[in-house]
Order: sequence, then structure tokens, then C-alpha cells
Amino acid sequence: MTRPFQSLLGQASVARTLGSLVLIGAVVGALAAAFAYTAGWLSPARLSPDKIVDALAPASGEPLGHRRNHAKGICFTGVFAATGAGAELSRAQVFARGEYPVVGRFNLASADPNLADNAARVRGLGIRISTPNGEEWRSAMIDAPFFPVATPQGFYELLVASGSKDPNAMPSFIAAHPEFPAFVGWAKAAPWTGSYAENQYNSLNSFIFVDASGGQRTVRWSLKPQAPPVFISPDDLGKRGPNALEQEIVQRVQGGAQRWTMTVTVANPGDPTSDPSKAWPDGRRTVEVGTLVVQQIQAEPDGPCRDVNFDPAVLPGGMRTSDDPFPAARSAAYSVSFNRRTAEAASYPRTAGGAGR
Amino acid sequence: MRTDRTHFAGPQRLLHWLMAACILAMLFIGVGMLSTVRPTYLTLVSIHKPLGAAILILALIRLVTRLRYGAPPLPADLPAPMALAAKLSHYVLYLLMIAMPLLGWGMLSAAAYPVVLFDGVHLPAIVPQSDQLHAVLWAAHRLLAFALFALILMHIAAALFHALVRRDGVFESMATVSLAKRDGTDGAGAQR
Repeated sequence: MTRPFQSLLGQASVARTLGSLVLIGAVVGALAAAFAYTAGWLSPARLSPDKIVDALAPASGEPLGHRRNHAKGICFTGVFAATGAGAELSRAQVFARGEYPVVGRFNLASADPNLADNAARVRGLGIRISTPNGEEWRSAMIDAPFFPVATPQGFYELLVASGSKDPNAMPSFIAAHPEFPAFVGWAKAAPWTGSYAENQYNSLNSFIFVDASGGQRTVRWSLKPQAPPVFISPDDLGKRGPNALEQEIVQRVQGGAQRWTMTVTVANPGDPTSDPSKAWPDGRRTVEVGTLVVQQIQAEPDGPCRDVNFDPAVLPGGMRTSDDPFPAARSAAYSVSFNRRTAEAASYPRTAGGAGR
Repeated sequence: MRTDRTHFAGPQRLLHWLMAACILAMLFIGVGMLSTVRPTYLTLVSIHKPLGAAILILALIRLVTRLRYGAPPLPADLPAPMALAAKLSHYVLYLLMIAMPLLGWGMLSAAAYPVVLFDGVHLPAIVPQSDQLHAVLWAAHRLLAFALFALILMHIAAALFHALVRRDGVFESMATVSLAKRDGTDGAGAQR
């Protein structure tokens, strides 16, 4: 061994040194490979939240600075007035009789932040209810009575198929997802309303409520409008302008607070708790846990909902996720959406520069 | 700093190996949770946060023990560039052990997420809600996680190099057991 290397290597034989270096390389290489495997870099088929969020992008490209789905929306603030009746289902403080502040958002189920309000079949509502103990209950609901697909993988396949130019993409998607036509049936037949205030919003996903003695029940919840619905065709809604729903809710709330009754429905044994594409049969036990009172509307660019991620896995103690795989998948995808849009805030100026809303 | 020792103090060794397990687990949990939409995601996130808090506390204790006990000297015959790399990489390791949990905590704070460690145990926000701050902290948390993993690989490679090739006692100063056979023909590094 030549002298310059001697101080580096010490007094080891060349063969042993080579063997040791190979061993070191193997250890480091194995760790790096395990890391790459864990990160999914070796598993292109793994459904990552990035893949879902990428697949949400419309043909016009990702809506920079905006939510990657339900991109168009308007903020509200108000309170959740708990009746106290929910306390028998969950020990969450939000069900103790009282009023708790709410930040929320009405929205359209589309990745296009400039969509005309009459072009979105599905409408959504996100809420964040805060309680004095520092906990939050976040929920993002939609007005459909059940979800189009049974699994997150199915949702991804729906996005890919509906974005595909292949004429066989949708037929083969439908063949593989027999639950989907029921949703199409709802979309065609269900009447449209002319106001966000007249829609019922449903969690669709199931969650587990834990009561004060540790008893567990699988539940879903809904916000039922106290305003009577006035039905309108999408064409007639379109005649009121592309932002008709936003203008209407601003005026309506200026005229008085709007209310929804929150009901919690408890699953019977055997109900499809893991599959939001299946409504539970009628006759399930239902508890009126409170009233959502929407008191003020704010435009989104400067509104309090703008930077809130209505992550359905943000739950107070006394609530947790169930065997429904969607809240985890939504939480993962919402996080990616949030991380992307907060990094693009410059693309969505805070002041509502003439956007008309 | 004491210079007459060949081994790190007992508390330092305990902290080192405990934190090695925690930090490696943390890095794997971090990249793993971002790779999937399966329910595992929520499980991993729910481990990531309290484990991060634990690492922060351990790192602060470790910093105190390091200042209290110091470190055994590097072998006198270690080439200067290696000694410099050893010194610098340890500064960066300490920096990242403390910075990573703070960045994660700050990132969640800036996003206005509740920072829930366990059911009913929340941490307060350490920065105000801000989309721009969130973007910076999130990018830093992610980038530095990869940097930390790369640094740990180098650290492991260097430790094994000391143990198997140089046999200069540096590995044993933290491990207390020797990986190299002391066969008498090649024992220069095994004893100092």
C-alpha cells in the first residue's frame, strides 16, 4: 500500500479493504433502495396523492393558486349551534349544547375556478367548526346523495377515463365500476336549485363517533336546508349570469342568516359503511345535533376560508375515521392541493381584482 | 471539552442509538406517507407528529449532553479533509435534528392545521397563518428531509469505514462493540 493511502485506510490489507468497501456500499445501497421503495419511486402503480391531484387538472391546466378540485367557491362565517343531542353519540365538545364559530365555503365540484355556476352538477360545502378546547371539526360535503365510485382507486380511474380522448375509456370505466350509473342517474334526474342555501350537503363518507363511555357507532351526517328549495333549470340559472349562485348567496345572507339542520345518521349492523357510493337504507336512527347558521359571506380572494384546507380527517376527539377509505385518500390529496396552491399564491391575487365576485 | 476519553459518555451513546432509530423511522414514515392515499396515510401522519416532537425533545437533551460531555478526539492520523468533514457533518446533523421538527411544526402552524400529538394533546401554533410562510416552511421541510437522509447515509458509510477499514476506534467510541476481528495480525487500529 502506498504511503498516501496509509493514513487514510490505516494498516489493512488491500483485499480486506476492498471487501469492507463492498460491504459498506451494500449497506448504504440497501438503505437507499428501501427509502426509494418506501417513497414509491420503484412502484409506479402505487396510487399517490400527487397522481390524483395531477389527474384532477382540466385540459386547460392546473388552476394555479386555487384548490385543485372544488376550485370555485365563496367564503362564509357563522356558528354551529349544538342542541346537545349529539353528546350521546360522541364526546366531542362540539356536541355539547352551545354555539361554536364556523368558517366555511360554498363551492362547485369542478377543477375550473372560472366555471359558470350553472355548469356544475355537484355543489359542495366545507366547514371548520372550532371549539374552546382547541379542537376542530372539518368536513367537506356535497349535495349528491351518494358518491360516484366506491373506492379512491375508482375515483382516480374516473378522472383518467373522463379526461381521456379514447372513446372506449368511459365505457370500459363503467364496465369496471357498476356503481357509477346510479350516480349518472341522479345527475340527470335530480332537480337544480337556484341557491346554495337550498341544497342539502352530505358527508357521504362514514366516520366513527365515540361516546363518553367509549361506545362506538358508525355514522354519516348531513346538513338539511331550512330554506325551502325552489327548483330551476340549469338553462334558466345560466340566464342569471355565470356567478349567479355567489351573487344570490351574498344577497340572501345580507337579508338574514341562513340555516341548515345537521343530522347524524347511525349505521345499522351490515350497512355499507366502507362504500360512499351506497346510501344507507331509510329508517336508520337519526339525531339532530345542531344548526349551522351562516351569518356573513366573504369573497374568497380575501376571505377567511381561502387558506383553510377542509381536510375531512381533521376531527376532534370523539370522532375518528371508519373503514371508509375515502377520508384518508381525501386528506392526502387535499394536502397536496394545499401545498401546491399556497406555493402559487401569487397566481391568485388577494384583492378580488374585478373577478365579479 | 474533555480529550482524555476514547468513548462517548453513556447517556450520549444511549441518545445516539435511540435517536438513530427514531430519525430513520421518521424519514421513512415521511416519504412513505406522501406516497399513498391508503388509510396507512393517516396512521403514518399520526405517528409522524408525536415522533417529531419526541425527536425535538431528545435533540435538545442531546445538545446539552454534548456540551456537557464533549466528544472523544478523532484519531491524530485522520487526514485533515476527513476530520473537517466529520466536524462539519456533525454540526449539520445537530442543526437538522433540531430544525426539522421545528419546520414541521411551523409548517402546520402556518397552514392553520391543529397540531395534534395525541387525542386531546395539542401544540400551540408557533407562527401565524400564512400561505407564503407555509410554502417556504413546507419546501424547506421536504428538501432538508432528503438532505438529512443523504447525510445519514454518509454518516453510516463513514462510521463503517472507521469500523472496518481504518479500525481506528471512532466507531467503537459510539458503539462500544467492535465490528472488526482483533486477530493480532492487523490490530493497529483496534487499539489506541
